[in-house]
Amino acid sequence: MNSERVLEVEHLTVCYADTNVFGRGTGYEAVHDVSFYVNHGEVVGLVGESGCGKSTLSKAILGMLPAKNVTGTVTHYTKRPQMVFQDPRSSLNPARTVGWILEEPLRIFGKYDAAERRRRVADMLARVGLEESYVNQKPAQLSGGQRQRVAIALALIQRPRFIIADEPVSALDVTIQAQVLDLLWDLRRDLDLSYLFISHDLNVVYSICDRVLVMQDGRVIESGTVDQVYDRPQHEYTKKLLQAVRDEV
Amino acid sequence: MLVTLLLISLLAFLAFQIVPGDPTTKLLGSDYTPERAAALRHEMGLDRNVFVRYWDWLTGFVTGDMGASYSYGMSVEAVMDGKGVVTAALSVMAWLLVIAISIPLGIALARWQGRRIDRAFVAMNQVFMAIPPFFLGILFTYIFGLVLKLFVPGGFVGPGESLWGFLGYLIFPALAIAIPKAAMVTKLLRSSILDQMDEDYVRTAYSRGNSRWGVLRGHVLRNAILPVVTFVAMTLADIVAGSIIVEQVFALPGLGRLLLASIGNRDYPVVQCIVVIIAFVVVFMNYLADVVTQTIDPRVRLG
Amino acid sequence: MKLRHNKNFTAGAVITAVMLAVILVGMVWTPYDPNAMNGKAKMLAPCLAHPLGTDNFGRDILSRVIEGAGATFVIAAATVAIGLAAGLIIGGLTGYYGGWLDECLMRLNDAIAAFPSILLALVLIALFGSGKYNIILALGLLFIPSFARIVRAEVARQKSLDYVALAKLMGAGDMRILFLHILPNIVPVLLPSVAIGFNNAVLAEASMSYLGVGVQPPDASLGRMLGEAQGYLLTAPWYVLGAGAAIVLLVLGFGLLSEGMGGDYGAA
Repeated sequence: MNSERVLEVEHLTVCYADTNVFGRGTGYEAVHDVSFYVNHGEVVGLVGESGCGKSTLSKAILGMLPAKNVTGTVTHYTKRPQMVFQDPRSSLNPARTVGWILEEPLRIFGKYDAAERRRRVADMLARVGLEESYVNQKPAQLSGGQRQRVAIALALIQRPRFIIADEPVSALDVTIQAQVLDLLWDLRRDLDLSYLFISHDLNVVYSICDRVLVMQDGRVIESGTVDQVYDRPQHEYTKKLLQAVRDEV
Repeated sequence: MLVTLLLISLLAFLAFQIVPGDPTTKLLGSDYTPERAAALRHEMGLDRNVFVRYWDWLTGFVTGDMGASYSYGMSVEAVMDGKGVVTAALSVMAWLLVIAISIPLGIALARWQGRRIDRAFVAMNQVFMAIPPFFLGILFTYIFGLVLKLFVPGGFVGPGESLWGFLGYLIFPALAIAIPKAAMVTKLLRSSILDQMDEDYVRTAYSRGNSRWGVLRGHVLRNAILPVVTFVAMTLADIVAGSIIVEQVFALPGLGRLLLASIGNRDYPVVQCIVVIIAFVVVFMNYLADVVTQTIDPRVRLG
Repeated sequence: MKLRHNKNFTAGAVITAVMLAVILVGMVWTPYDPNAMNGKAKMLAPCLAHPLGTDNFGRDILSRVIEGAGATFVIAAATVAIGLAAGLIIGGLTGYYGGWLDECLMRLNDAIAAFPSILLALVLIALFGSGKYNIILALGLLFIPSFARIVRAEVARQKSLDYVALAKLMGAGDMRILFLHILPNIVPVLLPSVAIGFNNAVLAEASMSYLGVGVQPPDASLGRMLGEAQGYLLTAPWYVLGAGAAIVLLVLGFGLLSEGMGGDYGAA
């Protein structure tokens, strides 16, 4: 594993300006002064409870937020990072077939003819473990796990080197979760990918990540390798989170 | 509300300024020469700025001076004299009929929910909602006028001649307007009551041993009537519009007939006045509906 | 509740399907030539040869009603098409971009929606003049706000979904996202409104033509026929009944369809 960077985030702050009745700004910071990096081939976990700013951070990294709300610098060292969302019912167009959805980025890219697009879609479906016949189905006709596989295929068909996965398995049953995590793990190896893996579930993060960042109220309060953070947590909040997980088991 | 009214009157005014065609052509008829037309345009003030004319027209409108009709050779207010009473009486009568028919019927159907009579009426309601008022008017003319001879079609009596004759003649037109609307209100009230019957507080009332009718009267009606009141208030606007058409069916000399005749004659000052008057009534009624809703339901606050 | 809606839908579908079938057949074949006069068969009451009787010129009323229904339906379809197309574009753009233009247009929409449509239609007719194409234009314009409002609300809801964010990430342009990605998702929401639109268009066309400011002779329409038939109320009441029943059936069919699909018929 070399230490070539795929992503570097420096002093990123996301501020939403709430204007009160007098038109005066009462801004609140969803993400406060966050700096971190992702190396080539790494899986970096981002954990924290819902509402801590994880999703906002990921959207800011991909430039999905209005520029006026974001300060700091985000440097992408790869082309076209992609995103996998938590709920494929929302991230896959409900009115379109799987085939249409997967071909769409290739159509926008514009360099492939129809036969080539279909071939690539079939390849990608095979890679995520789905049969080619699914191209004619709509997302609603698939199971949750199948839908998430399509969502992963949609990200991968654009040949990214770096993927942000925002709670990619949280909406799935535990057994399906394991299968999708295995898939993500295998794809990383086969396609030479790096992940920023966002989750509230410390067990999931433990099973797939190399390093981990813990977020609370928009700040990164602790970071390190998975073993460091899980075995020797420094911050009280991290200890509390870990204790909660251990109590469950 | 005042802003809306001003805006509507301005739009109505401007709309009739951009119509192609010069009114002087019509007024002068065979006497038309360019010089005379120019003189007349100056006399009528048509050569002045549009907004100056709008202001003149608006101040005139408010003080009751509505300008001159192109085709009747008299002032607009003289043309409209007595017409407003007919339309107003017809609309109010139709509106009262809507209430008189739908409130008892809606309650009765909710009370008899599921019985044969309820199901028959619900099906009939759908049909009545689909009948255009003017078709109903024609049917009434045939059935009540020509066959049963309960009234004389075309035998309108002015309110000045005989108030009772006037109101009597209006009953059938009013019914024609009212029945489709009443069908809608009945349906709304019935389903509103039935929705309320599913609420927890109604179950509680049942469990205390109240009868269905007792529960209905004591608890449900107050809440169920709310959405209906708003709807009923809003229908007055539709009823005014409906009376424009039904006046034609029964040959009633109201604003609607005048409006149509004036459209045919391209008599824009008259059209403009009638449109603005009706618009004012509609806006005012919608405003009133809001106020009424707010008064009876403190949960709703106007923005 | 569900069953009742399905019943509405079935009834509406059956009525509409029958009416459409009759209209389609009527475009190529009617029992008689709708305009053929027959001096020997004036003012016939309904009988086997003429199920709806004949009029003062001996023309077959059933054939005329079928022709009129077809004309009314075509006008309604053209009206809805104008309203829908413009509503999609205006509602789509305002819903997608928002901003001050959106605010202004929606205020205007509210003002128009609060107004009885027949009055607005009359104003437009006063401006444009009467006739078949002007009535289509006037009614089409009137229908834009209601479609625009529905499209706008739905686009605004859809654009916050993740699939739109992903489409942006793919590099899809705004128009591509709006029309290829979002639009197919709002079709189900639009269908009941289209049915209500037909319902209102048939009613409005019939009313306007009845008043003599809509379709003009020699063009046919149910409303115009009703106006004509009123003159023969005493001698040929079946004329009025035939034309009126056709209007009621069209309106009823579309109304039930829309209600069956979850639309709010009564409030339209």
